[in-house]
Amino acid sequence: MTDQLDRMIDTVRRGRMTRREFVGRASAMGITAGLASALFSKTAMAQEPKKGGVIRVGMQGGESTNSLDPALAASEVPFQVNMTWGEMLVDVNPDGSIDHRIAEEVSSNADATEWKFKIRAGVEFHDGKTVTAEDVVATLKRHTDEKSQSGALGIVQGISEMKAEGDMVTLKLSAASADLPYLMADYHLIIQPGGGVDNPAAGIGAGPYKVVVNEPGVRHTFAKHANYFDSSIGHADEVEILVINDNTARTAALQSGQIHMMNRVDPKIVELLKGAPGIQIKSVAGRGHYVFIMHVDKPPFDNNDLRMALKYSINRQEMVDKILGGLGSRGNDFPINAAYPLFDDSIEQREYDAAKAAEHYKKSGHDGSPIVLRTAPGAFPGAVDAANLFAASANAAGIPLSVKLEPDDGYWSNVWNVEPFCASYWGGRPVQDQMYSTAYLSTAEWNDTKFKNARFDELLLAARGELDAAKRKGMYSEMAHILRDEGGLILPMFNDFVSGVSDAIAGWADDPNGELMNGRAQVRCWLA
Amino acid sequence: MHPVLVLVVQRIALGLLLLLAVSAVIFLGVEALPGDTAQAILGQQATPEALANLREKLGLNDPAITRYFRWLGGVLTGDLGTALTNGADIATSIGQRLGNTLFLAGCAAAISVPLAIILGLIAARYAGRWPDKLISGVTLTTISLPEFVAAYFVIYLLTQVFPVFQPVAMVFPGMSFWAKLQAVALPVIVLVVVVLAHMMRMTRAAILNVMQSAYIETAELKGLSPMTVIWRHAFPNAIAPVVAVVMLNMAYLVVGVVVVEVVFSYNALGQYLVDHVSKRDLPVVQAVGLIFAAVYITLNMLADVIGIISNPRLRHPK
Repeated sequence: MTDQLDRMIDTVRRGRMTRREFVGRASAMGITAGLASALFSKTAMAQEPKKGGVIRVGMQGGESTNSLDPALAASEVPFQVNMTWGEMLVDVNPDGSIDHRIAEEVSSNADATEWKFKIRAGVEFHDGKTVTAEDVVATLKRHTDEKSQSGALGIVQGISEMKAEGDMVTLKLSAASADLPYLMADYHLIIQPGGGVDNPAAGIGAGPYKVVVNEPGVRHTFAKHANYFDSSIGHADEVEILVINDNTARTAALQSGQIHMMNRVDPKIVELLKGAPGIQIKSVAGRGHYVFIMHVDKPPFDNNDLRMALKYSINRQEMVDKILGGLGSRGNDFPINAAYPLFDDSIEQREYDAAKAAEHYKKSGHDGSPIVLRTAPGAFPGAVDAANLFAASANAAGIPLSVKLEPDDGYWSNVWNVEPFCASYWGGRPVQDQMYSTAYLSTAEWNDTKFKNARFDELLLAARGELDAAKRKGMYSEMAHILRDEGGLILPMFNDFVSGVSDAIAGWADDPNGELMNGRAQVRCWLA
Repeated sequence: MHPVLVLVVQRIALGLLLLLAVSAVIFLGVEALPGDTAQAILGQQATPEALANLREKLGLNDPAITRYFRWLGGVLTGDLGTALTNGADIATSIGQRLGNTLFLAGCAAAISVPLAIILGLIAARYAGRWPDKLISGVTLTTISLPEFVAAYFVIYLLTQVFPVFQPVAMVFPGMSFWAKLQAVALPVIVLVVVVLAHMMRMTRAAILNVMQSAYIETAELKGLSPMTVIWRHAFPNAIAPVVAVVMLNMAYLVVGVVVVEVVFSYNALGQYLVDHVSKRDLPVVQAVGLIFAAVYITLNMLADVIGIISNPRLRHPK
């Protein structure tokens, strides 16, 4: 028994076992929870990050068309790359609190319409210049320019006035937003010298690593930024991010030790990999979700009974088991789960109910012609299988749902947001307001269910300026109910981020905000 | 002028004309794809304003014919333009990747061509007997295997069961020649296995065809050993068809190995082309397409020229 305990202590020391796991296993060995917990603390505290070495990450989601311009980042590799060289004003901790990066203090006035960010002194860009309040304002201004094609345009549009005075950045908002710090943690808003106006893709930031080689679609290498302000992260001397889009090659590279971490482990092989020596599978619940979306303004989906019939006729547990290989959780037809702050966990889980589905379908008076669901392999991983499962369970309830396979090519321009019923996906957002504002507000550009509800809009806008957390939670709960019972969204499942990590790596911590520790695994982990 | 020279000049002129036609076909093909570059770049995030801005910035509002000739003029002056998607200079990006493509193709050809010809000669020498059946059986089996299956098989065998090679075959400037060879070992094995059969079978067939001739019988009656008959008398007359097939396979090694590139994450032209096709990056697709077409046409031309030169009737006309 002591051998086993020693091994476990060693695992904890290398940062690869959580307190819960440790206490659980220790109590299985007859050690009391209190003693085990104390043992864990003692061991974990002794865990000291090791400096040096090269951390290699192999990733899917990179193309030779990628750019270092943070405004354009859209796929996994540019995100991870930018998190290596870039630094935002603030970041979001795994527990949902704000992590102060370039801004060391954030404060607002009483009605959340004016925010002040105090810029940390002595933070240095890779080119040796010091980060100033002017750089911050110039960066935000660049993202407000439509020509920058920034993915954060919707976020910065709400800022009516930006001011830099000494080390203080003041942002005045056109409407109150209690969540502004979370919005400033958006991964596009990396602070660049002079706002990056002259050369947005220069790859010069204030992050822990400097860009050495940038070969889009192949590899990105980095060397430690010697004057980085935070000595608690950035342990390795060098970081390499290799683009390995093929699942088998990426997995083989991890197994053979060519890389230390990989994203996107294929759910189908997770069980097989669990027994493989030298690697661990990290399945982390996040906010991303797979959806089937109906346009509520087009027949037959303008009939709420028909929508309810479809919502009752999808077997969510089956989807989680078969499409996600169990690595995920059931959705409840609104885009929020427990990974969000202010989530109301008392909302009843919708289940597959053929009788209720049939009842709603009958009430809708639908003429029985086929209801066409469009899908494509690229709509989300397993989208075609998921659509077929959906059709099978709906047909069992007497609903004539049929699947039409579309090509990946042009799916996002010709099908999504065009056809009235199709498969799609959403990455999560840090806060509920942002998720709802992006896709469910009547006037949202990406309102892909064409959902327009006055009460919903009113609650959303009111919640933005509400600084009382309990009241805000109540508002979000009411919105969730409205969307769940009237919206055009069918949300069967939230997908986990599934990553593979070599035993050579220590310091891993699950982070629901994004894949591979919200893009920072290579910065926060070290070589054991 | 010497008739062979006339023939060669004719071939080259035809090749250039063909290249021009290909450039037009590539352009038309990309134009016909659904959606345009702006939509492909913005993807799910496309808003009407962003689309309009991007279209204007990329010059997509000009008529297709204007864009085609603008590009053709650039190519003739050595300017391939910049990628629409990330603004990188195309000539620079292609330069290194073309080098990698040629390196991989060269390694595979250096092993497969001599091997295929030797195996072909042996198979012809022992036609219908067990060495022939063994060689033909094995190579025909491997050619029937899809590339990616062969690739996954060697990955499993040589990185997991016997960990002697790395599954990811990226090469970078600054790596030593030896390190590069080691990196590309797995894709080279796969490519050799895939192209071997075709060249081997052609060598065998061409030689067996020549072996029916009367002069071979004479050579045999002179008492020459079978291998000498094949090497000295049969093979020179079988060169033209063998070279044609060798060139076809070399062209394939340069332009057709994108699946192998993807499986081994090898940073060469095929992967680069596919990425840019999916983003409708027209200048890049055209540039790479043109390079591929040029490689194909050049190698075929070379095969023709060698065929012409190896034919004594054309070399010494009456």
